[in-house]
Amino acid sequence: MSIRLSSAPHIRTGASTQSLMLNVVIALMPCVAAGVYLFEMNALAVLCMSTGTAVLMEYLWQKLMKIPVRVGDCSALVTGIILGLTLPPTLPWWATMVASAFAIIIVKQLFGGIGDNFLNPALTARAVLLASWPAHMTTFVDISREHVADAVSMATPLSGENAVEYTWMQLFQGAIPGSIGETCKAAILVGLAYLLITKTISWRIPVITMLSAFVSAFILGMDPVESVLTGGILFGAVFMATDYTTSPMNASAQYAYSVGIGFLTMLIRRFGAYPEGVTYAILLMNILTPLLDKYLPNKIYGHGKKKEANQA
Amino acid sequence: MIKERKSLGKIFLNGVITENPTFRLVLGACPTLAVTTSAVNGIGMGAAATFVLVGSNVVVSMLRKFIPDNVRIPAFIVIICTFVTMVQLFMQAYLPSLYESLGIFIPLIVVNCIILARAEAFASKNPVLASAVDGLGMGVGFTLALTLIGMIRELIGSGTLFGLNVMGAGYEPMLLFVLASGGFLTFGILLGVINAITAYFQRDKHSEGGRA
Repeated sequence: MSIRLSSAPHIRTGASTQSLMLNVVIALMPCVAAGVYLFEMNALAVLCMSTGTAVLMEYLWQKLMKIPVRVGDCSALVTGIILGLTLPPTLPWWATMVASAFAIIIVKQLFGGIGDNFLNPALTARAVLLASWPAHMTTFVDISREHVADAVSMATPLSGENAVEYTWMQLFQGAIPGSIGETCKAAILVGLAYLLITKTISWRIPVITMLSAFVSAFILGMDPVESVLTGGILFGAVFMATDYTTSPMNASAQYAYSVGIGFLTMLIRRFGAYPEGVTYAILLMNILTPLLDKYLPNKIYGHGKKKEANQA
Repeated sequence: MIKERKSLGKIFLNGVITENPTFRLVLGACPTLAVTTSAVNGIGMGAAATFVLVGSNVVVSMLRKFIPDNVRIPAFIVIICTFVTMVQLFMQAYLPSLYESLGIFIPLIVVNCIILARAEAFASKNPVLASAVDGLGMGVGFTLALTLIGMIRELIGSGTLFGLNVMGAGYEPMLLFVLASGGFLTFGILLGVINAITAYFQRDKHSEGGRA
């Protein structure tokens, strides 16, 4: 019999960065399928461009900087797909490419690569696009027409006055103008279910974020059901707020983080200059993440409540 | 007190390269980030700061034996203010468009830390000619840095260079770079690149020294 000595943890699940990231990729597939079905070739082109650029940039950067090439952990693949899904299907290819390269090189690699970036790369790239080419980023196609290619640009249901009224069912199915992955709520929920079943993420952040958004919308005097069914709040809550690196680790910090995202999103939608606020809400809470983790620590077993210990 | 006698050329190059105020000392970051939305603005700001630097360095150096130590900072500020007022009135009269685009940052040259730092660290301890050369070197270093940042931001953010359209008609400018966040990005990346270049040359020098 051989005795093997090793340091803790002794029981391993076999989960690796790669397997977790592949779970996310699988969970994103319903959104990808829905996006390509709804927005046809335009969506496919944007998704291929963003994913391809992200993976290529990660590989090239690690090769050129002579650091271990870890593109195989699939994190760049996830960033690329998520970024593509948050973009409007009509975005020009060069803008997608710039955003994808920005996400990988400036937001992720310059801060130390996977696990060290303090902002969500895909979301930051989206914010960069919004600041750089606002016209391209706020032009959406009306897909109720026969072919997307002939469709005219129009506002999202969020922009108010000129927007067309949609039923809750339409909003849920996703046949509305919007970004590629955010419109079809059904596909996002399938992805969420997969992530929860495989225990890739915990229920806390997505569920609390949506609850907070619902309640905040009600408090701010908006239609709560419509508010959670429009825009990217559901996609953000499931796929972007739950990014391991940029979300808190402690349970109580996760509650505060999620409540913050839901509330800030609705606050920006109600009073901000932009029609949608998910991007900025999540980025702001990303920045607060280290602070939340520090001031809302987990209860440590055996600590606190000294009186009971004395009685015993 | 042992004084190291440096050649004037070395003092000049110290400001431009070795202790470049923007990229090595990271002084005066406020105007660096705020006015460099175009190359012309960078040159304008740099030239104004250079004039004030040379002028205040010369006067501070001339008066260095008369200014009591306890009140030296107010004295320096008064001298600097004099030159800033001259620059401001000159720009207002002869370069109104540049004056408009630099705005509040011209009077703010008074509190630009490069100028006070050179008065305190160099001019108050060195003779007049050396102080003038130091001011010129620092000013040129500042101007070159601002112009470089301004060129990059203007090229990407507006598609022009010194006001000339160089990117062609099809180019859609990346507006981020003329916004504040683009200034921080450009500045940060340039700092990193310059640190990397410096480290590369120092490593070379080091290994050569090792062989010898």
